[in-house]
Order: sequence, then C-alpha cells, then structure tokens
Amino acid sequence: MDHLIGALVGAPLLGAGILLTGGRRLDRIGHWIGCLLAAVSFAIGVLLFADMLGKSGAARTMTSHLFSWVPVASFQANVSFQLDQLSMTFVLLITGVGTLIHIYSVGYMEYDERRRQFFGYLNLFLAAMLLLVLADNYLLLYVGWEGVGLASYLLIGFWQHKPSAATAAKKAFIVNRVGDMGLSIAVMVMFTTFGTFTFGPVLAHATSASQAKLTGIGLLLLLGACGKSAQVPLQSWLGDAMEGPTPVSALIHAATMVTAGVYLITRSGAIFNAAPTAQLAVTVVGAVTLLFGAIVGCAKDDIKKALAGSTMSQIGYMILAAGLGPIGYVFAIMHLVTHGFFKAGLFLGAGSVMHGMNDEVDMRKYGGLRTYMPITYVTFGLGYLAIIGFPGLSGYWSKDKIIEAAFAKGGTDGWILGGVALLGAGITAFYMTRVMLMTFFGDKRWGREAAQEPGGVAQPQPHPHEAPKTMTIPMIILAFGSVFAGGLFSINSSFLHWLQPVTGHTEGHLPVSAAVIQAATLVVLAIGLGLAWRQYGRQAVPAVAPRGSLLTRAARRDLLQDDFNHVALVKPGEYLTRGLVYLDHSLVDGAVNGTAASVGGLSGRLRRLQNGYVRSYAVSMFGGAALLVAATLLMRGV
Amino acid sequence: MNDTFLRWVLITLLVLPLFGALGALFPAPPGLKGRDPDQAVLRHGVSITGIVLLLTIALAAGFDYAHPGRMQATTNLSWISSAAIRVHLGVDGISLPLLVLTALLTFLSALYSYFKMPEGPSAKSFVALLLVLEAGMLATFAVLDLMLFFLAFETVLIPMYFLIARWGSDARDRAALRFILYTVLGSVVMLLGLLLIGLKAGTFDMVTLASDNGSKLSHTTQLIAVLAIGIGLAVKTPMWPLHSWLPDAHTSAPTVGSVLLAGVLLKMGTYGFVRIILPIAPQGAHTFAPYLAAFAVVGIIYGSLVCLAIGRQGSGGDLKRLIAYSSVGHMGFALLGIATLTPTGVNGALFANVAHGLITGLLFFLIGAIKDRYGTTDLDRLSGTTGAALYGAAPRLGALLAFGAVASLGLPGLAGFWGEMLAMFGSFHPAAGLSRPAYLAFMGLAAFGTLLTAAYMLLVVRRVCMGERRVSDAHEQAEWAAEGSDRQARLRNDGRPQSLRVGGETNGESGESTAEPAASRVLVDVQGYEFASWTPLVALTLLAGLWPAVLLGLTDPAVRTLLGGN
Repeated sequence: MDHLIGALVGAPLLGAGILLTGGRRLDRIGHWIGCLLAAVSFAIGVLLFADMLGKSGAARTMTSHLFSWVPVASFQANVSFQLDQLSMTFVLLITGVGTLIHIYSVGYMEYDERRRQFFGYLNLFLAAMLLLVLADNYLLLYVGWEGVGLASYLLIGFWQHKPSAATAAKKAFIVNRVGDMGLSIAVMVMFTTFGTFTFGPVLAHATSASQAKLTGIGLLLLLGACGKSAQVPLQSWLGDAMEGPTPVSALIHAATMVTAGVYLITRSGAIFNAAPTAQLAVTVVGAVTLLFGAIVGCAKDDIKKALAGSTMSQIGYMILAAGLGPIGYVFAIMHLVTHGFFKAGLFLGAGSVMHGMNDEVDMRKYGGLRTYMPITYVTFGLGYLAIIGFPGLSGYWSKDKIIEAAFAKGGTDGWILGGVALLGAGITAFYMTRVMLMTFFGDKRWGREAAQEPGGVAQPQPHPHEAPKTMTIPMIILAFGSVFAGGLFSINSSFLHWLQPVTGHTEGHLPVSAAVIQAATLVVLAIGLGLAWRQYGRQAVPAVAPRGSLLTRAARRDLLQDDFNHVALVKPGEYLTRGLVYLDHSLVDGAVNGTAASVGGLSGRLRRLQNGYVRSYAVSMFGGAALLVAATLLMRGV
Repeated sequence: MNDTFLRWVLITLLVLPLFGALGALFPAPPGLKGRDPDQAVLRHGVSITGIVLLLTIALAAGFDYAHPGRMQATTNLSWISSAAIRVHLGVDGISLPLLVLTALLTFLSALYSYFKMPEGPSAKSFVALLLVLEAGMLATFAVLDLMLFFLAFETVLIPMYFLIARWGSDARDRAALRFILYTVLGSVVMLLGLLLIGLKAGTFDMVTLASDNGSKLSHTTQLIAVLAIGIGLAVKTPMWPLHSWLPDAHTSAPTVGSVLLAGVLLKMGTYGFVRIILPIAPQGAHTFAPYLAAFAVVGIIYGSLVCLAIGRQGSGGDLKRLIAYSSVGHMGFALLGIATLTPTGVNGALFANVAHGLITGLLFFLIGAIKDRYGTTDLDRLSGTTGAALYGAAPRLGALLAFGAVASLGLPGLAGFWGEMLAMFGSFHPAAGLSRPAYLAFMGLAAFGTLLTAAYMLLVVRRVCMGERRVSDAHEQAEWAAEGSDRQARLRNDGRPQSLRVGGETNGESGESTAEPAASRVLVDVQGYEFASWTPLVALTLLAGLWPAVLLGLTDPAVRTLLGGN
C-alpha cells in the first residue's frame, strides 16, 4: 500500500507532462486525459483511505521513501511521503473536489482553444498540492508550496491577453513570494535548531528549543501562511486573482490552495503550542482578516470578488481556530473541509451564472435569475445556506465550533476573539444574502442598457440559460457536501476522533454555556439576514452603484490595501531603482569611463608626443614591465 | 589502466579544440567540402565540439564516483623546471560538472551557429575562435598549476574579445574594449597574487598548495595574495562594483557569445575562488570573507533593482542587458555561498554556478531567437504598452521563455533553487569565527533579493510573453513591415530550409506589399535546430532541480577535501 502514496502525486504529474508537451494532436481528448488522471488520483486516495480505516492507532501513519534528495553531509533531505489522518483528509478534499472541478471545466472551457493547456495546468496544480500535503519534511513541503504558487500564477494569468489578468498573476506570485521568504527562513531556522527537516523529529523535539527561537519560527511560518492563505497583511492578491477562469477560483482560490496556510499551522502545531506569542499573533491575524474579508465582501458588486472577500474571511476563521491551539485545530480543519465543499459550490454556481450571462460579473446587472437557471439557483442556494451557518447545514456545525472555541480560550482574549467571530457570522449572513438577492431575486436588470445606450455598440443580449450537464453535476454533488458533510462529521464527533491522534485535542472551558453561544449565533445571523433583506430584498437594487458611505467606498477599494502598498512600498521602490540606475550610469560607469578616458587621453597625448602607434605600444609595454618589476620587489619585501 | 585511459581522454579533449581551430583555418579536405566553404567550416566546428562533448561524457562515465574528492585522470609533468611550473592536469567532483557544462554549451553554440551563423566576417575565423575559446575554458577547469591556470584564464579573453568585436551588434567596439580592459586589468593584479603565492610557497602546484592549506604562507602573504587574486576573479565573476563591463559585453555580443560568456566565463571566477583562494590561503579568505559576502549581497540587491528599472515600461531597457544584470544578482548568490566558508555554502555556490550556466545559457539563446524574429531586443519596441504576446504569436517560444524565467527566479524543482537555497543556508550558519549577525543580515537581504528576482523575471514574462500587441502608429507599422521583409530576404539568401519567415506571408515576395499590422502576424515558432540546441538545457535544468543529488554528490566530497584543513 505504501508505495501507492507516490502514485497519488504521480498521476496528475503525468497528466501535466502529457498535456503540456503533447502538442495539438491531443487537443481533442486532452481534457478527458486531465479528468481521468485526476480521477485516478482520487481513486487511489479512496483506496488508501479504506486501507487506513482498517488500521488503528499509530499504524494509520504510512510513510514512503522515494530517494535521497540532497546528500550534502550537513544538509540531508529526502523525497519521502507521509500519509496520516491529516494528510488523508486533504488528499480526499483535493482529489475529490479537484476531480469535480476538472469535469466542470470540460464544459466551462469548451470554447477556449487552449483548453488542453488549461487542463495541463490544473493537473500540475493537483500534483503540487498533493506534494505539499504529503511531504514528510519541510523542505519537500516548500517545493509543493512553491509549486502550487506557480500553478496559481499560470492559471490566474491563463487569459493572458487580458492585461488585468496578466497583472493579477504577477501580483499574486510576488505577494506570495513575500510569504515564501518567511517560510523558507523558518525552514532554515528549524533545520539549524533541530538538525533535520522531517516533521517527526522536529515536532517531537519542539519544546527543547528556546522560547525566542520557537516564537521566531512561529512568526515566520505565520508569514508564509499569510501569503498563501491571503491573510492580512498579505491579502491583496486574492481579489485580483479572480481574473482567472472561474474553475480556478473555485479549486485553487477557494477550496484548496488558499487553505495551505491552515495546513501549515496545524501541521506545525507542536511548535505553536510551545510558543504562545506566535499563537496569539495567529489568532490576531485570523480575527482581523475575518472582519476585513467580510467587510470587503459586503461592498463588492463583482460576484467573484464578493466571494473572494468571503473566502478570505472564512479562512480567517480557520486561522483563528488554528491559533487557538489544541482546542481549535480539529475545528479549523473541519471548517476547511466543509468550506471546501460550499465555497467551491458557490464559485461553480457563480461560473454557471457568468456562463449564462455573457461573462458578466457585475451583480447589479443580474437579478431574477432563479427562474432561468433553476439548478444553479438551488445548488447555489444550498451553498449559501451552508456558509451563513443555517442550522443543520455543514457551515453551521463547523463555524459554530470555532466560535465556541474562541470563547473557550478564556480571559479577555476569549471574549474579544469570540465577539469578533460572532460579529463575523453576522456580516457573513449580510453579504451572502446580498449576493443571493442581487443575483437570483428581484427584477431582472439585464438586457436593458444595450437598447438605452445611444450610439453604443450593440451588445449581444444575454440569454440566461442553464449550464450543460458536465457543469451542473459537479455543482449538485458539491451541494450535497455543503448540506450533509458538517452533520456527518459531527455524528458522535467522528471527525474529532479521526483527526485527534495527529493534531491533539483538549476541550476548552466556555465562560457561558454552549447553548447561549449557539443562540447568540442564530440571533446575529438573523440580524445580518434581515439587514440585507431590508436593503436588497425589500427595495429594488439600483443598476448603478450608489456613492455609498466612506466605509463602503473604502471597502470597494479593498479597504485601501493597494493604495497603502502603492504609497508605502511601490513608490519608494520606484524612486530607489531610478536612483540606482542613475548611479550606475553616472557613478560606477562614470568612474570607469573616467579611467578609460584618462587612459585614452594619456595615450593620446603620448601618441602625439611620440608621433606613432608603435611607440605608444612600447610605452605601454614599458609600463607593464615596470609593474612587474615593482611587483617582484614588493614580493621580496613581504 | 582505467586512470591511464582517462588521462588520455582528458589530454585529448584539451588539445583537440586547439588542433581543430588550426584545422578550421585550412581549406576543407576533399570529400568534406560541403555545399560551400562556410558550411564546411561550420560543420567542422560542430564535429570537433561534438567529439569534445563525447570525450567529456566518456570522462564522466569513467570517473570514480566513490572518490569524487580525489584528483582523477591526472597528468603531472615538469614543464619549466627552473620556475617549478608543471603541466599538472586532473579532475575532481568540482571540475567535472563544469567541464561537461562547458563542452555541452560550446557544442550547442556550434550547432546553433551552423544553422544561424551570426552576421559578421568569415565563418572560418568564427569557428577557429570558438574552438580556441573552448580550449581555454576547458583548460581553466582542468589544470592544477597556478601558472597554467593563469594562462588558460587569459587564453579565453582574446577569442571572446574578437567574438564581441567582430560578430557583435550595436556598440560592439566599445563593449569589447571595455571587456578586455576590465579583465586584463583584473588579470594583472591576479598574476601578482599568484606569483606571490608560488614564490613564497616554492611551488605552483595547486594540489600541494591545497593540502598545505596555507601552512607555508604567512598571514600577510595570504592577505595580499587573496586581495590580489580575489580582485582578478571578482572582475570575472563579476562582483559588484566591478560588474559594469558585463552588461555592455552581453548587449553587444552575438547570441553564442552571450551564451558562453554567461554560461562558462563567469563560472571561471567563482571556480577560482573555490579552487585557489579557499584551500590555498584560508586565513586570508577568512579575513576577507565578510567583505566578499557584503559585496555579494549588494550585488544581489543592486542587480535585481537595476533589472526592475530596465524592465519598467518606458525606460527603453534592453532584454539582453536585463538578463546580464540578472547575472550580477545570481552570481552574487554564488559569491555569498563561497564567502560563508562552509561546505554547505560552497556546495551551493558550485550548484548555483552550473544552474546559472544552464538557465542563463538558455535565456540568452531564447533572446537571440527573439531578436531573429522581431529584429530588436529593446523591451519598449518589443512589447509597447500592451506586451509582445509571445504566448499567442509563438507559443512554444513563449513557453520556453517563461520556463527560463521561472527557473531563473529560483522555483524549487528547477535548478535555480538549490544554489540560492544552499548559499543562504550556509550564510545562516557561517564558518566559525565569522560574525553571525552580519551573515544573518546578509541572508535576510539575499532572501529579499529572491523576491526582487521574482518581480523582474515575471515582469519580463508579463511584457514579452503576455498581452495583445496592437500597433496603432502607421509609421511603426511600415517600419515593421520593411524590417520584416528585410530580415526575410537575408534569411532567404541563406538558402537554408529552416530560415525564419514571418508567418502569414507564405509568398516570399509579398513582404513589402502586404504591410499588414504587426498584431495580425504570426511569428515562426521554435525551429528544429533551435529545439535541438535548447532541449538539453531544459532537460538538465529539470534534472538538476528535481534530483540535485546528482550534482551535490559530486561536489560535496571534493569541497570537503578542499576545506578539510579548517
């Protein structure tokens, strides 16, 4: 069984290799090759899962050593995999949702002439992501980490003829690189502290290191997590990343890659447990992002960007839970899985809407779509109910647990974090209801302005229609997950028992009873829902966005994150580079040119003096000889 | 017996290019005349470099991988006994990869030139110079005597000077002059240092000197020697602020010149540091290491920032110049690795050496191909405000360029990553006696450099590969069309079937009359000979990235032997 682990990564990698080098002759079947290899990987995952269920205790952790990677004596690293319950959870999520989204893409990308390449990139992503979660050491994890970054870059910029997409891809990679810097340095510190990259020994000896070192490692890991998971302050790339095709947004920028930060923190739990300062920083980042993303999500009219804000916010919940330590790890991962289902479903729904609306993304130009695309409406609706935490659906189980865990942290911290998480639940209900109402309810606001615009180019009228089966079936399956996954996980706390051996778990002590918190959550949810209905349900949605309050305007600009980056980083950088180029031209080059000029001038004068080239050569030869003599004298002296 | 065989292989591969160069000057013997004299001599170049490549592969095959730290295939003869100068040759795990890299890149350059001879005077002297260059480069990595090292080091300059000055473009005279001025000045200083060591220690033999580990040299001698030799090597590497010859040389050099310059010549500098300075004068190296590291890090940041500025729209930057400056940054990592004086760092430096040779060699090939197609490497002319859309116009070429850029920015899984990683790693834990805080700061700055590298490399991809080219200016369109037909005409005169054509104009004579907008043109994608010359580089970049052990297994024991005395 063990060597099948390599095949998990190998199958999609093979697919990427075939599709990217295969050439045009594969254009007609390329997408099915991509789907097939994703499905093969999923099948292997299920097989390994069944095998794992048959074992118990420590035997559930499987390892597989492939080859010695870096043999430098002081710097050993291997390519080996480790499959335990935590990685297994991710493997099933990645390959399962991944396969569904591959199938969806067959329909979504049908008219794109580079569809084969798209599937090649998707397979590449799957391979890298599986490498990330299956690595048994931090160095290999880092390779997967960068690999998903590359795949994300390639896919965001897939429609590279759009300048906005090309720029967004570059931005995503570079902002991620900032986080990667943190991760790579963290890995180095770990290696020098513990003498190995392998998870087992590093985590087992975590407590032996000094507090300062552990805090440092923790904060650096957090920086890495912030980049990949779009957490404040490295969140700015995620909204722009929505320039990529919608299946990409669903798979990479909602369900899997962006949750890698949560995986990293949970995997390194032993380090964070021993470094309370770093842990506190994690919770703060999570709490801030949770609100940040939610507020941004409230103001966006672009359906995908509203969902991106929501993703940011939901990952904020996960990071917050992971920062709470053993009381939160399991729930962070549980929310990650349920979120994987409903957010992927929501994005696929959004893609279906765009598919039917001539790629329009502005929700102010939607409205009343529920009768035109019923399957999309129902599946999206179920995802919506799941994400706001409607009782009984997936999101309810997982998010509620995180809110409780936040309160259970105890002390003032617990009250603040719990309060933020609770508030976030209310805002979630508001912005998601807003998306739902603007898209599927109210009057139809499309198909009007083409006629109204005087002299405007006649736009083709949108004819909203349901998407083909390859697209709706994945949406339906994901909707099932959105409805039932959370409940299934919570029967007898099965998910808790499954994951506990890897992450550890302790029950927190709630300051008030759990029922009070659950009731409060429902009240907040109802308030958010009601406010949204008052604004977007009871009254008609204006087709042109009103000016809005200061906060709304700021939120539309992503709470000024880009403006801040521009003023604080880009501008000074520009001045610096300009200054350097000036320096290079005038100083370094100037000095050299000056020397050259004076040598030239001197020889010119000599030439004039001596009236002939040969003599000037003689002079330089004489000079050279003099130099050598001087050197010999000098050496004798030394 | 095996070692005797290898010894002759090594000697043959060093001497063969010289005879080949001589042979290139004579008219081709009957039966090998080919279509015309140019073709015959170019073919001669391909065969000789091909045989040399095979010989290096034979050398690598016969190499005893159980003892990569030991000198193998050695020859040790007295040459000038009065001056204790010997002909001492040999390879170990450090020089073997560089020999193979050199032979490979020269062969690929010769192959590329066979199909795409750079414009300039006769092919005859081109091939002869290329072969002399190869002999010098190979000898640099195979000799074990300080004076021979110097000779080989200098031999390389002259053919490279002529390659730039005769077959270069634009401001080639100035660039070539500057190249020779800088490196000769550096060499003079280096010679003094080498002489100093030889006279003080009583031998020029690098192996003896290395095993003495500086014990026969006083501290002062070591200081002066390291300073002198270091400057000479630093010019070649190039180390900031001695780098400014490099961008000019690259910008003007013909494609194969750039490939060899970046792929091999720069490596001679770092090789010298590892082979001469570290083992022979360890105390001097120890004193100067922090300064070297500081300059290296400044080079990393500086090179990257200049690249960013060159890449910016409207700066009139040149693509070749940009890659040249990126070399300053990348070689900075190699120097930083060396300056840590640790096995990890030095291994990183040697890895970075080979990786940079492969990746930057590939990048210069690709830029050469872009120049063949667009007639310019000026970024603003190339990509305008929207991007040159190479992905759309020539997908394979675009994909290869993106691959090169991504490899160059140090993506794990490709060759560029390990060198940088190990160099930073060494810097995190420098050798005993070096200031840890200073090296930590260096490492932090180097890490920042990797960020900047990503930024400018992706900027290149953004501007060259992506976008949709729209030419609105009628004048520019006309200019483009005229140039296009011009280039085509030239290429057509070559009479080779692979000559590049601007697609969409299948009828060869219609070049001027169609004058279609550049946006609608489809460029000729990667040709067969281009594939042949680039694929090995791509494959090796992948191999070294995925399985670094293949290289590190060779260098690590050798590095340990060299650093052994510390």
